[in-house]
Amino acid sequence: MEENFKIKKNGYEAIVIGGSWGGMEAVIKIVKDLPVFFPLPIVVVVHRQKNVESNLCSVITKNTRLYTKEVTDKEEIRPGTIYLVPANYHVLVEKDRTFSLDVSENVLFSRPSIDIVFESASLVFRNKLIGILLTGANSDGSQGLKAISEMGGLTIVQDPMEAISKTMPLSAIERVKIDHILKLEEIQSLLMSTL
Amino acid sequence: MSALLELDDDEYLDLLLFIKGMYGFDFTLYSIASFQRRIRRYMANMKMSAVEELKRYLEIDQFHFNNFLLEITVNVTEMFRDPGFFKELRAKVIPQLDTYPHVRVWDAGCSTGEEVYSLAILFKEEGILKKTRIYATDINQKVINEAAEGIYPLSVMKDYSKNYINAGGHTSLSDYYFARYNNAIMNEQLKANVIYSTHNLVSDASFNEFNLIVCRNVLIYFQRDLQEKVIGMFLDSLPVFGYLVLGNKESLSTSRYRKNFEVIDSKEKIYRRIS
Repeated sequence: MEENFKIKKNGYEAIVIGGSWGGMEAVIKIVKDLPVFFPLPIVVVVHRQKNVESNLCSVITKNTRLYTKEVTDKEEIRPGTIYLVPANYHVLVEKDRTFSLDVSENVLFSRPSIDIVFESASLVFRNKLIGILLTGANSDGSQGLKAISEMGGLTIVQDPMEAISKTMPLSAIERVKIDHILKLEEIQSLLMSTL
Repeated sequence: MSALLELDDDEYLDLLLFIKGMYGFDFTLYSIASFQRRIRRYMANMKMSAVEELKRYLEIDQFHFNNFLLEITVNVTEMFRDPGFFKELRAKVIPQLDTYPHVRVWDAGCSTGEEVYSLAILFKEEGILKKTRIYATDINQKVINEAAEGIYPLSVMKDYSKNYINAGGHTSLSDYYFARYNNAIMNEQLKANVIYSTHNLVSDASFNEFNLIVCRNVLIYFQRDLQEKVIGMFLDSLPVFGYLVLGNKESLSTSRYRKNFEVIDSKEKIYRRIS
């Protein structure tokens, strides 16, 4: 009951997190202490090497109380779940709040592309979306954060001083109006406070 | 991307109906987010700022539409993509196919042919290519022409060679093509048993019965209802014990036809019709 009231109060409906070099460790720090009843879906897109088996899902599962799974095609987006974007696929959010996969061209040398996830999510969740961009060695994600910002969503970038690779956060800070530039620990607190 | 981030719902539907009426291609049941992104990307590349402009362009003639069609459908592919799949195909499916006097394969959504050549190479190495016919289809005539030619830039062959090795290849991928200038030209013997044709999964019926249907990463572009319709058509095109392969993030697990199939390999999404 109380939880429902709180979601309504802030109104956020989904979180998208993007990162590249060092991104996985950073994501784990953010989701590590989130409560099991954390009510929002969290979509995580981290660049990975293609055609390489990855145990990303099990690594995150070990470090969070939230149900974690890899996105499958046309799957419904549910609250309290961490969705990992699979290697070698783009993922888009559909208006009916399902995921679509896509194996089209790389964007900024990347598939998955953070921009594609962020942009498509912004078109669906509009100002009810929180976008978080973390450490990374290229400029993917800036365009996506811009879309989130233009829709009135909340934009957060990891403090470049803390990031293993500053390129990604710096690129976003240069190009987009960012609501919060925070350390990972602070990002987690902020997510808790949206409850 | 472009300044135009969003297409208005009515405008979008209007465009799709326009295309359907003029050229017979029905995209209304394609996954919307993904397909709209392709359209926006095309418009941005063509420096078009309004859907009306795009319509006027498409109206000109078939040639302009074909150009559009080529760009909005996804034709990105590679040889031996997901090497693990080819490994499992070799181990679990080919021995069964080998028990038949003739083998018919349908590669649905073959794009520029990389998967067709991968299958042909694998079948050749397993000694069953000669008794096999591969029917390779795609919605685009242009990519089919490219597939039939079988000429690829040498620069990508290095990656493909890695895939080939990981797929359990018996020799070296370079045994199956010859290099000329900067191109790799696929061996004629791989082409002999392949029949190319255009086929639209949305509107065309099945055209044969197959022992194996390969349709990887095509259904992801379709909405659920259309996916089901196509899976139903595949079912009708398979005898009992015929195989169906989907992309490895696609699944029959939520399909109404799931009970018609058994799972041969859950990771590589290899299914076999049982009823």
